[in-house]
Formats: sequence, structure tokens, C-alpha cells
Amino acid sequence: MTRAAPSLDPLAAHQLSVSDLTVSYQRVPALHHIAFDVHCGQCVALLGPNGAGKSTLLKTLAGLLPRETGKISFHHREVSGATQDFAYLPQREQIDWDFPTTVRGLVEMGRYLRVGWWRTFRAEDEKAVDEAIAAMRLEPLEKRQISALSGGQQQRAFLARALAQQAHVFLLDEPFTGLDKPTQDDLKGVMRTLRDLGKLIIASHHDLTSVPALFDHVILLNGELIAAGAVAEVFNEENVHKTYHTPTFAGPAKHAHGHSHHH
Amino acid sequence: MHWLTDAFQYEFQRRVFVGGVLIGFTNGFLGAFVVLRRLALMADSLSHSLLPGMALALLIFGLAPMGLFFGALVAALIVALGAQFMARNSRLKEDTALGLLYTVAFSAGVVLISFVKVRISLVHYLFGSILGLSNADLWTIYGISLVVVPLLVGLQRPLLLTLFDPTVAKSQGVRVNWLNFLLMFGLVVTMIASLKAVGVIMLLGLLIAPAATVYMLCDSYPAMLWGGGALGAFGCCTGLLISSRWDFLPSGACIVLVLGVFFFLAYVFSPRYGLLRKLRPARHFHAESLARWPGKTVEGEGAKKS
Repeated sequence: MTRAAPSLDPLAAHQLSVSDLTVSYQRVPALHHIAFDVHCGQCVALLGPNGAGKSTLLKTLAGLLPRETGKISFHHREVSGATQDFAYLPQREQIDWDFPTTVRGLVEMGRYLRVGWWRTFRAEDEKAVDEAIAAMRLEPLEKRQISALSGGQQQRAFLARALAQQAHVFLLDEPFTGLDKPTQDDLKGVMRTLRDLGKLIIASHHDLTSVPALFDHVILLNGELIAAGAVAEVFNEENVHKTYHTPTFAGPAKHAHGHSHHH
Repeated sequence: MHWLTDAFQYEFQRRVFVGGVLIGFTNGFLGAFVVLRRLALMADSLSHSLLPGMALALLIFGLAPMGLFFGALVAALIVALGAQFMARNSRLKEDTALGLLYTVAFSAGVVLISFVKVRISLVHYLFGSILGLSNADLWTIYGISLVVVPLLVGLQRPLLLTLFDPTVAKSQGVRVNWLNFLLMFGLVVTMIASLKAVGVIMLLGLLIAPAATVYMLCDSYPAMLWGGGALGAFGCCTGLLISSRWDFLPSGACIVLVLGVFFFLAYVFSPRYGLLRKLRPARHFHAESLARWPGKTVEGEGAKKS
């Protein structure tokens, strides 16, 4: 793998840069010329009203949606599509929890594409799985089938899979939605662990009051980028008001019921 | 003279045995994917839509195996893709579109096959016939099993990722659409190979019963694949041998009945997920629940006093 010459700025080496990113659904832009820089070792909240493009941004970073314009680069390398450096964590409802796999089996899935399609696991793969399970405090549960876990444990199992995959960027779609207080605290602790391991966490989030306690950076989004930066600097009344009190754009108002038809 | 009949009988049994093992294993192995991806309805539609394709090929090309193979393949593809097209371009959902298309296709097949001049019986195609297994059919079975099983074994990791969560698999760079297509293709050719021995109507049973049985028993994906294959092979052989011993019994029905016995045993008696386990009243955890708070004990009902 080739890398560009290391930059003098130590932060820039672990940087995820997005520039001029536009993503559209049938010509209606959901994200419009977005640009921001974030770094490894940050917990970033992605904030904005429904329809502001939070999920779209996460999916685009995960390589699931085609871009209309724009560049994404990580570690000075351009990211053109799906990559193992980024781990996308699905929402709960997407998963068939009766799937015949244990916690350990789930975490092992993170290694599959590194190991290859049929080669057996080497010692280093087993080690990566063990470490991921330990980091997410799942050792006592590793033989459990995945439906026999609590919601918080299930999330940790998926994070462990991403760790075993050796992903650097964790893309979480509303991880805090529907969690009670202790589970929220637990997830907060886990996010800190990941951050201290040098991971970059980007999570869409709805509850504004908990932002300062959970995250150190924010990206405020409403189709356009409103602001991006440290919580202390940009998470203020004015920016939040601008983000949430501008109607979202769902295309020209031809169809009252909001469906986009194409002929 | 009886040495000849003995040898023939030996040869016939052996042929049945090998064919049964291969068909059963391939179907059982594939079944895991069908069960986990909830493709049972899709698989049923595909199997039924083989009939009109084969009937048309019989009318045009006669009993030529290649004609039958491609006729069946094309008919299944038309129904599968047609249903997706209908679901995308109307308010119908895919299950209705599939159900409609395949019953219409199947009816067309039944009508068409009644016009076929060759001496074949519709009943054999519907319920399977051990006597209908010709050498050509057997070669088809060998060929298809030897392509499909290694393909699925080789691709089992990316397939597992795709089955478990297609979105995440795609974000990891797995070529999900391509794998789905391969899976469908494997499914259709396996059905074509199994058609003569099992029959259109029972194909689905041979496909999903072994995997469903293993699914009731364990939490391991490899066990579902290999266990399903092994159980399928066993059930298929047993069924075929029963129907060759009592040759008035349709082989498809015998196979599915054997597998059905195993499935219901697992469904009722599975230690972890069985019906009995579910019905057994659970112990009341009153004491444990109370024990979380210091200073409280269960009063009256057997609480120990020190």
C-alpha cells in the first residue's frame, strides 16, 4: 500500500477529510457541497432535523451511496467506495437476531475479509478477535447466541466486530436512540474506550441536551453544512437554531405527499 | 439367468444411492441460505415455474436433456425477474407478484404438458419418480452437484456476511448483488437436477426441511450448512430406497416424509428451541428478584429464618 509523504502536521496524518460532497436522490440533493475535517480520537455527533441528510452522510462515508460530486480522503488516501477502514453499524431493526451465530461468531465475521474467502484463521486473527471481545467486555458472553443479549450488549458485540475488522472510522446510525440511562452510560464508556484506542467515531444523534456529555465534536447539518468543530466552539444557540429552524428540502413542491416520482 | 437380474438390481440400487446422496446433500446445503434469507416462497415459485419451461422444451425439442435444462432455466428466470419487475413498477408487493406469476406459469405448464406426445406422465414430474431417473438425469445430477456445492463452500464467508446483513456486507466491499445472483442461479440449477427424483411439488420440502431441522437444534452457521447437507443426503437416500422397494410410492413424497419426521422431532424435542422447552412452565424467580434489594426476603413461602 502506498501512502503520501507524511505531513508535518501530526493531526493531519489521522484525518478524515470531506470536500465538496453532494449526494442526491433522483436529482434532489440530500447533501449539498459538504466539507469538513475530523480526526482520529474524536467522538463526533452528527446533528440535524429529520431529513437533514444524517443517514445519507453516514451511508455515503460507508460507500453505500454513489456521490454526485466530492472527495473523501482518509490518511491522505482517497476513499472511492467501500473500505475496511470504515465500519458502518446498522440500526437494530435491520438485524435478524435469530441468526445462528454466537457473540464470538459475530466478532469473527469482522476478520473474514482480512483472512480471505477460505483460508483458516491464523494466530493473529484469533488474537484480534480475543482483543476485540476483551475491549468491549464481552468475555463472559462470547458463547451466547446474539438474541440472548441485552440491547447494550448487542451494540457492544457489533462494535467488537468492527474492532476485529481493524476499522478506524466507526459510523453509527443513532446508537443512543431507545436506550435507558444505564445503557446510555455504558455506551458512552465504550465510545471513550474506542476514542482512546485512536478510533474516530461519527454518530448521528437526536438528543441535544446530552451532546456535551457524550461528544467532543459536532457536525451540524441541514442539507448544507451549518457548522463543524469542537463542541465548545460551534455547539451554540445560534448554530443550533439555524440547523433546526430551516425547513428541510425535499424537492420542488409539486407533490403534496412528498413522494418523488420519475417519469 | 438370475445373476443378470441381480446385477441389474445391484446397479440400479447403487445408482439410486449415489444420485440420492448428491441431490440430498446439495439441497440440504443450499437450504441454509433459503431458510436464513427467508426465500422459501421464492424457492417454491422457482420450482413450480420449471414445469412450463420443460413442457415447452418437450413440445419443441422432445426429450433432449439440454433442451429440458435450458427450458426450465429460462422459465424460472422469467418468473423470478418478472416478479421483481412487477413489484417495482406497481403497488403490488413481491409476494403477491410471485404467487400470481408462478401459479399462472405452473398452470400453463400443466396445460402444455398434456399436449406432449412423448410417453411421460405428469404425475412423475409432480411427485417424483425413481423409475424416471435415466442415465442422462444422473449425469445432470453429478454435474450440477459438483459445481454448486464447491461454489457454495468456497463462497460461504462472503455469503454469510451477505445473509446476515447485506448493508454492512456492502459497506465492507462484498459484492452483494453478484452473490445474490449466484445464489439464485445455484438454486435454480439444483432444482432442475432434483426435479425428476423429487418432483415439482416436493422440491421445496427437500430444500428447506434439513436446514430447518438443524436450525431448531443449534446456533452455528457451518453446522447448518454441513448438517443440512448430511441430513438431506440421508433423507433423500432413505426416501428413494423406500420408493424403490414399494415402487408404487412416489419418491418425492417418501423423501419429504422421512425429512418431515426428523423436522418434527427437532421442533418438539429440541433442548434449546423446542416446543416442549417452550411449554414447560418456567420456575418463578420471585426470590432472586427480591434478593436484589438488601433486607428483603420472600415472606411466607418457605423463606428460611435464621
